[in-house]
Amino acid sequence: MSETLAPTRTAALKVDDLRVAYLVRGIAREVLRGVSFEVAPGEAYGLVGESGCGKSTTAYAALRYLPSNGRITGGHVLVAGADVTGMDDAALRRYRARDASMVYQDPGAALNPVLRIGPQVIECFTLLGQSKDEAKQHAIEGLRRVRIADPVRVMQRYPHQLSGGMQQRVVIAMALASDPTLLVLDEPTTGLDATVEAEVLDLVRALRSDTDAAILLIAHNLGVIRTMCDRVGVMYAGKVVEEGPAQQVFDDPQHPYTVGLLSCLPRHGIQKGERLLTTIPGTLPQIGTPLPTCVFVDRCPLVTEICRAEVAPVVEVGPGRWTRCHHADRIGEILAADDTQGVEAATSHRVVFEMRDVSKTFRQHRHDIPALVGVDIGLEEGETLGLVGESGSGKSTLAKAMLGIHAPDEGGELQIDGKVVEGKTGDRTSDERRAVQMVFQNPDSALNRNWTVRRILKRAVVKLTGVKGRAADERVEKLAESLRLSPRHLDLKPRQLSGGLKQRVAIARAFAGDPRIVVCDEPTSALDVSVQAAILNVLAELQAGEKTSYLFISHDLGVVRYLADRIAVMYLGRIMEIGRTDEIFDGPHHPYTEALLSAVPTVDGEPATRISLAGEIPSPANPPSGCVFHTRCHRFMAGTCDVIEPPVVELSIGHRIRCHLPVDQLARSAGVD
Amino acid sequence: MSATTPLTTAASAMPPSAQPRTERSMARRERWRLLRRRPGFIAGSVVLLFWVVCAVGGERVSPHGPLQTGFPSSQAPSGSHLFGTDQLGRDVLSRVMAGARDVLLVSPFAALLSVIIGTLLGLIGGYIRGIADEVVSRVMEAVLAIPVILMGLLVFSTFGTSKTVKILTIAFLFTPIVFRTVRSVTLAEAELDYVTSARLRGEGPLYIMTREIVPNITGPIVVELTVRVGYAIFTLATLVFVVGGGRPEEPEWGNMVSQTYGLIQGGTWWPAIFPALAIASLVIAVNLIADSVESVYAS
Repeated sequence: MSETLAPTRTAALKVDDLRVAYLVRGIAREVLRGVSFEVAPGEAYGLVGESGCGKSTTAYAALRYLPSNGRITGGHVLVAGADVTGMDDAALRRYRARDASMVYQDPGAALNPVLRIGPQVIECFTLLGQSKDEAKQHAIEGLRRVRIADPVRVMQRYPHQLSGGMQQRVVIAMALASDPTLLVLDEPTTGLDATVEAEVLDLVRALRSDTDAAILLIAHNLGVIRTMCDRVGVMYAGKVVEEGPAQQVFDDPQHPYTVGLLSCLPRHGIQKGERLLTTIPGTLPQIGTPLPTCVFVDRCPLVTEICRAEVAPVVEVGPGRWTRCHHADRIGEILAADDTQGVEAATSHRVVFEMRDVSKTFRQHRHDIPALVGVDIGLEEGETLGLVGESGSGKSTLAKAMLGIHAPDEGGELQIDGKVVEGKTGDRTSDERRAVQMVFQNPDSALNRNWTVRRILKRAVVKLTGVKGRAADERVEKLAESLRLSPRHLDLKPRQLSGGLKQRVAIARAFAGDPRIVVCDEPTSALDVSVQAAILNVLAELQAGEKTSYLFISHDLGVVRYLADRIAVMYLGRIMEIGRTDEIFDGPHHPYTEALLSAVPTVDGEPATRISLAGEIPSPANPPSGCVFHTRCHRFMAGTCDVIEPPVVELSIGHRIRCHLPVDQLARSAGVD
Repeated sequence: MSATTPLTTAASAMPPSAQPRTERSMARRERWRLLRRRPGFIAGSVVLLFWVVCAVGGERVSPHGPLQTGFPSSQAPSGSHLFGTDQLGRDVLSRVMAGARDVLLVSPFAALLSVIIGTLLGLIGGYIRGIADEVVSRVMEAVLAIPVILMGLLVFSTFGTSKTVKILTIAFLFTPIVFRTVRSVTLAEAELDYVTSARLRGEGPLYIMTREIVPNITGPIVVELTVRVGYAIFTLATLVFVVGGGRPEEPEWGNMVSQTYGLIQGGTWWPAIFPALAIASLVIAVNLIADSVESVYAS
């Protein structure tokens, strides 16, 4: 039963009613419940959905690379007409070598670390039966094709000598070696910085014009899918629930799940003061749960009796667009019903934390590596300061200096509530330690996996507040309640909790001692968008109630914009620009901020102009002269920027910028909403 | 509205019997269930159990006393003496069975002691780092560099060959190996954020090492313990064989082999081969158990 309506050309990839089950303890649990879609030659098709919905399984099934407990239990995968599901081993090997290629999430892991780049790329061509010389020639061409300027030199290097972006280019070059019919990209830019991500995406887009490969792209970042794909399929619980042209699906979703997924994102520049983020109630059903009618039935806001009684019909909602829903005509009601209020700002303009001229220099192999240089920041009570910048810009070092994990160099000063504090957490008083706590990026690493939630929270309460016994137990229960953890969760261990719940435990622990400041280091980057929305809401609500200040590190500018009152932009250990959130987003910007903002692909479409940053972030051990950003700056003025260190200019009260350009020449955003 | 509902988790799908209080014992029971399904574990346990019965039962289970003489000497294995008799007219089977007692006392204690000391030092090396790590690591390397036989010769001739001396010697030789294992897993564990979090709330190093880190590295420690027991049996037999294990008449496997292997050429193989097989069987049994434990902890 093929339900796909769109392409008319012979499909390069045709997935027809594909069913896959994983054997767990001898029981087959269905993960794909009849997936059907087609990708035409030269077309890019995106699969979106939260983790666990079957996107990756679909991609791996297309290459028949299922894990050993995975079985294709029904349906077909046809690549250029050949049935992959029925191939014998020899045919399958030939198919994988010549017709299909895959690019994985982590290019560092996809390349062999002990071999130079050259042999690895050449091998892809010799596998196709070419002679050594021929293969070498093709390898050089292949690398040039992925915009590597000096392929011969790159081929001499080892993978670790290349940046993440370069590694991913090499992997893409290898994937394109066989000129495949099908190119599967599984989260190709997830581990990369926004600026590098933009480069890789530009490359893939450019390559599309000179290859006829069908691209199957999987990404959790909806912005990436929107900018890259012609058509998109939204997956939920092992079924495609909506399909259509990417722009239309994202601008005008027609399935309740798509609507939910999109409204979880902080979009259109909304901020916490305006409204809370929408979340999708409930969680993804466990794999193998029988879902005989509509897969989304348990979480759908439009659910009625018919949804539980009958299989959801495929409803055509436009040319090449369909949704699998009984109530396709009532989709508009979901957004109309959503009128949550924002949280009240809790700022009181009392400075609770201050960093004055703080530097941090690491010594490595007798070289000084300045990771922070003369940082001045203040944090007001109840305010969120967002911290953005590429990796290696010193965001985490700044956070660690604040927390006392790294003691700053001599000369700088840290103050909590106007009192100078010691650099190392061990040397601070217990009240000072209690004042600054942290929420980590990865809750799996941040929670002791052998402790119960109750023990984790109680120890934090006892240690930070000094309360003991019964009173401590009560405090633990209150903390859990404020994060909407039920008493039952208290007696579980972290691995028995979902990612979102784990992060709630980590947040509860940070709040155990009524901290004045909480450092949040990418607290939602490991979470799905609907869980992210819930966590961001919790953080906003806690802040409003407790008047806590946040230092919020994130690479997701939408998230930072939603939560932050002010934003600091870092580059090579220096704060290049700091100001109110609206000032940072609207401009006038520092050229670096301008580039960062333009790099981000959003669900709402591409920014008008893309400023690509040339080259890589320089080594902090050997920073460029003058303005440290001049080597990559698109507004570089020779004779000034590379000679004189720019002064800090205050554009308006609290909006400071490190740049030589006169204010009237700095770019502004052209009225983004 | 954000989070009134997302509280359904994996936990809600758990059967009602999986109550949290018994969670730890459940994990233990689950590991035990997995262990019992492994043929290697069963075979190893049966052999080990046999030697434990010999060691505990002593003369109550062996046909004769280990020191009892007066049987015809150098008799080949037969119905009345299953393993034959030695050159002094003692029943080899009874002596081999009695020999289990010494091995089974010395090896587990030696292994346990080396694991305890090695773990403590490994925690210091892996968590405290710095000078302490440098000092401990260099000392451990120095111990590793001492040849086992030379060490045994020196110690046994100086302090005698009491069980305490044997235990301490083997524990001393094994500590650096345990140290290296524990140090490396501690290093990895100390990088995790929960350790940073503990420091941020002002926990001292002793608390962090013993309460935060140790529960997360019990797997490698238990595996190390079982593996060390196997090696301890072997090392003990080697030392006793080469250096001599006290009074010559004592039923000690290494001793028995060293006193009688010269007779093999003359055709009297049984007084040397049977204790040697006993050593091998016990080492293999313990290793089978160690392998099973390791793979169960790894899964």
